[in-house]
Amino acid sequence: MSVLVNKNSKVIVQGFTGNEGTYHASQMLEYGTNVVGGVTPGKGGQTHLDRPVFNTVYEAVQKTGADVSIIFVPPPFAADAIMEAAEAGIKVIVCITEGIPTKDMIQVKEYISDRDCRLIGPNCPGIITADEAKIGIMPGFIFRKGTVGVVSKSGTLTYEAVDQVVKAGLGITTAIGIGGDPIIGTPTKEAVELLMNDPETEGIIMIGEIGGGMEAEAAYWVKEHGTKPVVGFIAGQTAPAGRRMGHAGAIVGGADDTAAAKMKIMRECGIRVVESPADIGEAMADELSKRK
Amino acid sequence: MNIHEYQGKSILKSFGVRIQEGIVANSPTEAVEAAKKLKEDYNSDWVVIKAQIHAGGRGKGGGVKLAKNLDEVKERAEQIIGMQLITPQTGPEGKKVNKILVAQDVYYPGESETKEFYISVLLDRAKGRNIIMYSTEGGMDIEHVAETTPHLIFKEEIDPKVGLQGFQARKIAFNFGLSGEAFKEMTKFVASLYQAYEATDSSMFEINPVLKTSDNKILAVDAKVNLDDNGLFRHKEFAAMRDESEEDPMEVEASRSNLNYVKLDGNVGCMVNGAGLAMATMDIIKLAGGEPANFLDVGGTANAETVKAAFNIILKDPNVKAILINIFGGIVRCDRVAQGVIDAYKEIGNIPVPIIVRLQGTNAQEAKKLIDESGLKVYSAILLKEAAALVKQVL
Repeated sequence: MSVLVNKNSKVIVQGFTGNEGTYHASQMLEYGTNVVGGVTPGKGGQTHLDRPVFNTVYEAVQKTGADVSIIFVPPPFAADAIMEAAEAGIKVIVCITEGIPTKDMIQVKEYISDRDCRLIGPNCPGIITADEAKIGIMPGFIFRKGTVGVVSKSGTLTYEAVDQVVKAGLGITTAIGIGGDPIIGTPTKEAVELLMNDPETEGIIMIGEIGGGMEAEAAYWVKEHGTKPVVGFIAGQTAPAGRRMGHAGAIVGGADDTAAAKMKIMRECGIRVVESPADIGEAMADELSKRK
Repeated sequence: MNIHEYQGKSILKSFGVRIQEGIVANSPTEAVEAAKKLKEDYNSDWVVIKAQIHAGGRGKGGGVKLAKNLDEVKERAEQIIGMQLITPQTGPEGKKVNKILVAQDVYYPGESETKEFYISVLLDRAKGRNIIMYSTEGGMDIEHVAETTPHLIFKEEIDPKVGLQGFQARKIAFNFGLSGEAFKEMTKFVASLYQAYEATDSSMFEINPVLKTSDNKILAVDAKVNLDDNGLFRHKEFAAMRDESEEDPMEVEASRSNLNYVKLDGNVGCMVNGAGLAMATMDIIKLAGGEPANFLDVGGTANAETVKAAFNIILKDPNVKAILINIFGGIVRCDRVAQGVIDAYKEIGNIPVPIIVRLQGTNAQEAKKLIDESGLKVYSAILLKEAAALVKQVL
C-alpha cells in the first residue's frame, strides 16, 4: 500500500518534449516510474524518450490507459492543461508549474470540483512513493522505503525532512508536496487524511508555512481523527507581516496566519511541533519509538 | 504588485467606477496647475493634497491635507512633497514622498448627509473563491472594525461559474441602508468594481472610504489596488506602473538578477534554494541567537552566476555579521553552487564576515571537495544542526 501513486501507476507527462518535461521525465524513468507516454500538442505521433507523444490527453488515455499525469506546462497554459487532464479521466493530476494566475486557479478549482480526480499542486515538487514511483522533481536518491509519510508546502524543505528521516534510520512511504500557492488542489488536511488512512504509514510529518488556514484545518482534523503520531513544523517564524516570502501564498495577512498562531493550534491538537527544522527527523523517530 | 492610489483610480475609472477625480503632481507648481484644472473641470473650490506612497494610514502621518485656496495648495504641496512620511504601515523610518495627488473635494454640502462605507474585493483562500467584503463603518481601519464591531462586516461570495449577480449587488446596497438614486448608484458601483477586479487579474481591491456624496453619487475616495504578480504577463500595460522608488533598492537589484530577496533587519545574511527552506533557515538563525538579515531564495536553477549575484547583494547590507549558505540540491547541483561561492570569494576579495556553507543533496560530496581544496576560510557543514551550531559559534 501507499497513497495516490505506486509502481502500477501509468503516468503521462504534459509538456513532455519541452526542456523541463524532458529532463524530469528521464529522471522519473530512471527512478523506475512507469511513464507510458506524453502530450505535446502538435507533436503527436512522434517518439520521445522511447515513449509515444500524443496531441491530446484524451488520446493518451485512450491509447495507454494512463491514470496519472504530471504537468510541466508554462504558467499561461497550465490551467488549461489541468482541465484537459481532468476531462480526459486522469485520476491524479500533479502540476509542478509555478506562477499560475490566481484567477485561473479559481476556475480550475471550480472545474474539477465535481470530477473524479485529485489535483496535487500547483507550484509543488510532486509526489513520490519510495522505491515505486516518482512523479515530481525531487532528488530520488535521498528517499528510502519506510513507514513515514510527509506532507509539505515546500520543495527543498521536504527534501530536508526526508533526509533527516532517513538519517534517523527510518524511511518514507509517500511524500506529498502540496504546493505553495494560495489555491491548491489538495490542502494539508486532505493529504494528512490520505496518509492517516494508509496502513503502511505509521507516522506523519506535516510541514507548513505562514499564510492561510490549511495547517489549522489539518490540525483540528488530526485532533478528531488522528490515530498516528504527527510531527509538525511551520516555516516563517521570523517572517515579517505583509511581505511575500517567495511562495505566492506565503504571506502573513492577519493574526491567524502567523507561524506562532499555527504552531499553537497544532500543539493544542496533539501534534508534536518542533521549533527548529533541524529536529524534524529525530522528533519523528522519538514519537515512533514511544509507540513500539 | 502594489501600485499608487492615482494609478489604481485610473484603472477603476477605465471600468466605469466613479472616482474622486484628481491630477498627479511632482512639484508645488504642478499642484497649483492641477488645482486650477480641477476648478475648471469639476468646479472644485477646495482640493485635497494626498501623498502618493505604497502604504496606508497616510492621513495619520500628515500626508493628506485640505487646501482651500491656491496659496494653501502651494504651501501644502511644499510641505508634503519630499517629506519622510511615517504611518502605522511604513515602519519608524517612514517613506519619502515623491508625488502627490491633487484631488477634488467630494465632501461638499448638499441635499443629504455624506456617508462613508468600506468595500474590498479579495480571495477567500479557504474556499478558493473571490469575496466582496464590506462594512457600513467606512473611513476607519478595517482591522479595528473587525475587532470592535465584527457584526458590521459583511461578505458576499462570488460563484466562479456565473460571476457577481445582480441580487448580490442589491444586497450590498440594501445592507448599506441606501435607497433611491444612491441605491442605484451603489449597485452600479459594485458591479463595475468587481468587473475591474476580474479583468485586471487583481489580487486585492480595498476602497476605503466609498463615499455617498450629498447629491447621492457613489464614488471611490481612496483606492488600494494590488495586482497578481502571476497575472502580469496578460497585462503588459501595467508593467509601467511599477514604482521602483517605493521598493528597497537592494530588492530591486536582486529582482534584476532573478533572485527572490526580502531585506530584513538582522545580522546574519542567508542564501538558500527554495522558499520554504529559506524561511526555515531564517528560523534556524534566530534559534541560534542571531537575527536574519534577509530572505533569499536563489531558485531552482542556481549556478555560479546567481550565487555571485546573491553574495554581492548580501554583502551590501552593512548589518551583516555572518553569512549562512544553505543549499539542498535537487535539480540544483551543489558543486555548481560551491564553484559560485569560490568564484565570488576570489572576485570580491577579502570577505570580512565568516561564511558558513551547508551543501546537501545532489553532488554534495563533490561540492565539499571543491570547497576544502580551495583553501578558503569557510565553515563547512553537512547537517542543518551543524550549520545552526556554527552560526552560534561565529556570532
